[in-house]
Amino acid sequence: MAGIWVYAEHKDGKVKKVTFEILGAAKKLAEKNGEPLCGVLIGSGVEAMVPVVGSYGADTVYCVEADDLGAYTTGGFAKALCDLVQQERPSIVLFGASINGKDLSARVAGRLGVGLATDCTDIGLDDAGRLQVHRPMFSGKVYADMVFADVTPQMASIRPNVMTTAAPNAARKPKVVKVTPTVKSEDLLVKVVEVIKTGGEKLDLTEAEIIVSGGRGMKGPENYKILEELADVLGGVVGASRSAVDAGWRPQSDQVGQSGKVVTPNLYIAAGISGAIQHLAGMGTSKVIVAINKDPEAPIFKKANYGVVDDLFKVVPAFTEECKKLKAD
Amino acid sequence: MEIICCLKQVPDTEAEIRPTADNTSINYEGIKFVINVYDEYALEEALKIKEKAGEGTVTIVTLGPERAGESIRTGLAMGADKAVHLDDPAFLGGDAYATAKALAKAIEGMTYDLILCGLRAIDDDSFQVGNILAEFLDLPSVMGIVKFDLLADKKKATVHRQIEGGIEVLEVPLPAVFGATKGLNEPRYPSLPGIMKAKKKELKPIKLADAGLSEGEVGKQGALTTVSKFSLPPLRQAGKIVPGDTPEEKALNLAKLLREEAKVI
Repeated sequence: MAGIWVYAEHKDGKVKKVTFEILGAAKKLAEKNGEPLCGVLIGSGVEAMVPVVGSYGADTVYCVEADDLGAYTTGGFAKALCDLVQQERPSIVLFGASINGKDLSARVAGRLGVGLATDCTDIGLDDAGRLQVHRPMFSGKVYADMVFADVTPQMASIRPNVMTTAAPNAARKPKVVKVTPTVKSEDLLVKVVEVIKTGGEKLDLTEAEIIVSGGRGMKGPENYKILEELADVLGGVVGASRSAVDAGWRPQSDQVGQSGKVVTPNLYIAAGISGAIQHLAGMGTSKVIVAINKDPEAPIFKKANYGVVDDLFKVVPAFTEECKKLKAD
Repeated sequence: MEIICCLKQVPDTEAEIRPTADNTSINYEGIKFVINVYDEYALEEALKIKEKAGEGTVTIVTLGPERAGESIRTGLAMGADKAVHLDDPAFLGGDAYATAKALAKAIEGMTYDLILCGLRAIDDDSFQVGNILAEFLDLPSVMGIVKFDLLADKKKATVHRQIEGGIEVLEVPLPAVFGATKGLNEPRYPSLPGIMKAKKKELKPIKLADAGLSEGEVGKQGALTTVSKFSLPPLRQAGKIVPGDTPEEKALNLAKLLREEAKVI
């Protein structure tokens, strides 16, 4: 009964949402294989997060704590996780496809010599109980079904906002296993000097449920304030096309597309974005797409569920007002 | 400074990507190939580090089919000094693990102070090779750097790593593997004299046996993950054009549709 593991990533003392999404999806795999579902918390002072990981379905929570693991480093976290995997021998290990989730999973896969599939949008089991996944390649221009060689654990990182989270049950009490990792100085060669916060409390684009993006049609950086106002009303975040980023109007971290971020929000509003193939690849799997553009021939309209052919500088503020009214109801 | 830069050739981002008729591979017919843009950031940084240090060598290491030679020449024209090309059918068709293993074998015997690669390749989107390569070479790794500063003793570097909502400032002892991402620099274009010089620069092919590897260890046979089937994403149909005579009317109708029909706001 080796177990299906979910790496429970956390930030500022809170478990990331993608962890709950993966627990929801992994629960089905665990039931099918008759294996326990386990969460793995790594860090310093992480025990407080055990109950929430349990409430989303983990039968067991491994609590790997050390003062040296207060800040994420690839070397320190990889050592802690690899040692635990080698000791407990899970059959499958899943991560959120966040920046650190992708980073850690790759280093761990290399050390353990096991297969890893990145940024999966669907996971399942074959007849032998082995992991099989569905994942985008070329930023979503094509998808691949992938199978794993017969070595365990099989590993995958899961794209945020794709799996359905099960309702939490605070009454569930997971078994807690405390682990003291043997992280040595050679695992901690990279030192975190400082963390500079740039995004405030804003969600990352890859985790956002609503994205309001602007392109060349925004005409200049100062005009993004109308998108920010709309995003604020909707509880979303602002993104940008490559041309807006290359023009220096928006930071690189806002870029959606093949050389930026691939996003899967519930609602993607594209304002003044024509819809180059690279951009469409990055947002084409959004659940609902709205395009606002005065050019009726813009390719973005071929992908949009709702198209508004008009001047965005008139439509967006009016739409923001309508949303305010709806929210007030 | 002896700098190694891993470089992959990938389809241009403009390219439409389609599976072959049997859905077992990608149809590369008629596609234009370029240097993976993340590897261009890596190469540009390698050249800058060398220029700033006032001495050194930048060596490109590429695994890929014969056509990847064109991208290597472009990299040499940008200013890299020499290149090795893991050019053997046995290296092809692998996953990140098999690729990193072959690259590591080729790099193992070389002298280096640091290794630069792209955070990701825009074809496989695996985000894995840099870290697995570092693992094979037993080196520290930092993926996703947007700033690189070599310290005066040349034994350490201070780098900025992009994370969600911020930047990590890290101190890294060398040698180490770094993964470049957008924001690190603006890659230069090859100059005409650069293109002329590139033709005479060393481009060494490496076959399976040269790397001390056997079939089954790398490429398709050495892979730990395999694509069983490629498919196109479900087609999105063009939806509705939101009705209205004025922008205000359209805005009102859009809000209604998103609330009542799509139920997303």
